[in-house]
Amino acid sequence: MTSPSQPIIELRDVNKWFGAFHVLKDVTLEVAKGERVVVCGPSGSGKSTMIRCINRLEEHQGGRIVVDGVELADDVKAIEAVRRRVGMVFQSFNLFPHLTVLENLTLAPVRVAGVAPKDAEATAMALLERVRIPEQAGKFPGQLSGGQQQRVAIARALCLKPAVMLFDEPTSALDPEMVGEVLDVMSGLAAEGMTMICVTHEMGFARAVADTMVFMDEGRIVEVAPPAQFFDHPANERTKRFLGKIIGH
Amino acid sequence: MAAAPAGFWSSTRFRGVLYQVMVVAAVVALGGWLVHNTLVNLEIRGIATGFGFLAREAGFGISESWISYSPADSYARALVVGLLNTMVVSAIGIVLATVLGTVVGVARLSGNWLVGKLATLYVEALRNVPLLLQLFVWYGVLTALPGARQALHPLPGIFLSNRGLVIPSLDWSQGWLPAMEIPRLVGFNFIGGLTLSPEFAALLAGLTIYTAAFIAEIVRAGILAVPKGQTEAALSLGLSRGQILRLVVLPQALRVIIPPLTSQYLNIAKNSPLAIAIGYPDLVAVSNTAINQTGQAVEGVALVMAVFLGLSLTLSALMNWYNKRVALVTR
Repeated sequence: MTSPSQPIIELRDVNKWFGAFHVLKDVTLEVAKGERVVVCGPSGSGKSTMIRCINRLEEHQGGRIVVDGVELADDVKAIEAVRRRVGMVFQSFNLFPHLTVLENLTLAPVRVAGVAPKDAEATAMALLERVRIPEQAGKFPGQLSGGQQQRVAIARALCLKPAVMLFDEPTSALDPEMVGEVLDVMSGLAAEGMTMICVTHEMGFARAVADTMVFMDEGRIVEVAPPAQFFDHPANERTKRFLGKIIGH
Repeated sequence: MAAAPAGFWSSTRFRGVLYQVMVVAAVVALGGWLVHNTLVNLEIRGIATGFGFLAREAGFGISESWISYSPADSYARALVVGLLNTMVVSAIGIVLATVLGTVVGVARLSGNWLVGKLATLYVEALRNVPLLLQLFVWYGVLTALPGARQALHPLPGIFLSNRGLVIPSLDWSQGWLPAMEIPRLVGFNFIGGLTLSPEFAALLAGLTIYTAAFIAEIVRAGILAVPKGQTEAALSLGLSRGQILRLVVLPQALRVIIPPLTSQYLNIAKNSPLAIAIGYPDLVAVSNTAINQTGQAVEGVALVMAVFLGLSLTLSALMNWYNKRVALVTR
């Protein structure tokens, strides 16, 4: 294992409140280039909020977040620059329903990155091949199944050639038989060396793909460990209880 | 149990038909009585029915017209002048109210406290005061402006005085490319350009500003109906706030906006006859004069009603067609 030189994502003592509710408590995490991190924990533990802070969909109130050398602060240009470097996939897909699949993929390259429409379409078609639905390019999101929509969403997040991908429970809204096709695409990405942070409860996927497991509870990072150690010899009592509940049956 | 022989009077089918026949008979009888009564009364007053009067000379002047008109022209032409005035003020009002209403509606959702409150104040103040009063206010303001020689001159070529608003116009008579005609003050009045009368300007301002308050609320509701995830997905792709509004949120909000927006467009057209209160010669004002002179009230009112019905149904059909076009495609 090579030791990472400069982390691509760095969270240091990050704190955040929703009103009086303290969602993130002194969260510190480093992610190296090419590292695959899976975040798990009970609902309400701050997993989603943490990764939403990384592309500033949520604003942190204490501590520092540095992404690819840019510190997230109150600077619109810096934030938009970070968002272009970070792709995000949502639980509820959030495809643009008034645009075709192809238009969903070319919107940001054309409007944000200034790519020529022809080139953006070529890139988009290549990405649709990669998520194995090129034949759906002309359809609207409402005409696709959930699994297909989520694969389009992954392709859309990839179309700006991001350095990091964030996945916020990407399979939680899917019918069980569609989970596999989305996880396959994600595993493919991981195999190509994409830096990824996934919030997910798919423990099989986590064990197979993750370099690092992160367990969160009540707004804190409780345990960080490689998957083998995390699943077989968890150090923390709360981690044990959590794993007991979700793997036990 | 054997079916009892169906009594003629207790059959539901027979009763259903009977009730319908009775309703139709009642409506026809009422209509016949109204027509008969009207004809009798017209005869007593010696008024001949029919639309023959349309071809006769109108004999009255109309203060503004988009086509050439003189008192020697026919009633038909006078009514067309009024119709054009109604259509022009409604059409421009619809465009301006849509633009202004969208801006105010978006402003109401602004994160900026002052902008949000100002937009709320606009909506609450303007939609809660009767349009007729607002028209009087605008007319009062516009006619209290200084005379032509002291006209307000905010931009080159634009003059605002108690003679109305004078703006540059395009002259298409010189071949393919239009020439810009800049108005200038000569003596006590303006030469060249396009003059919008104080009556026209007051009616347009009143209709636009009043209806924009309603449109603003419709736009706000439409934007709020778009799921928050759409904005988040667009933000995560690095789109700016303005791009998100234009490319992601407003196109989806349209689905919710268009049906109630259609009602507001119809309202602009149907509120335009309030023009009569400030002396703008719209269709209703012209037909009133025609009715007073000829006594052809039934024909005049029927004509105006038919025209408004036609205008409204056309507008409504256009909006329905557009609504179908922006509807989302799903399985």
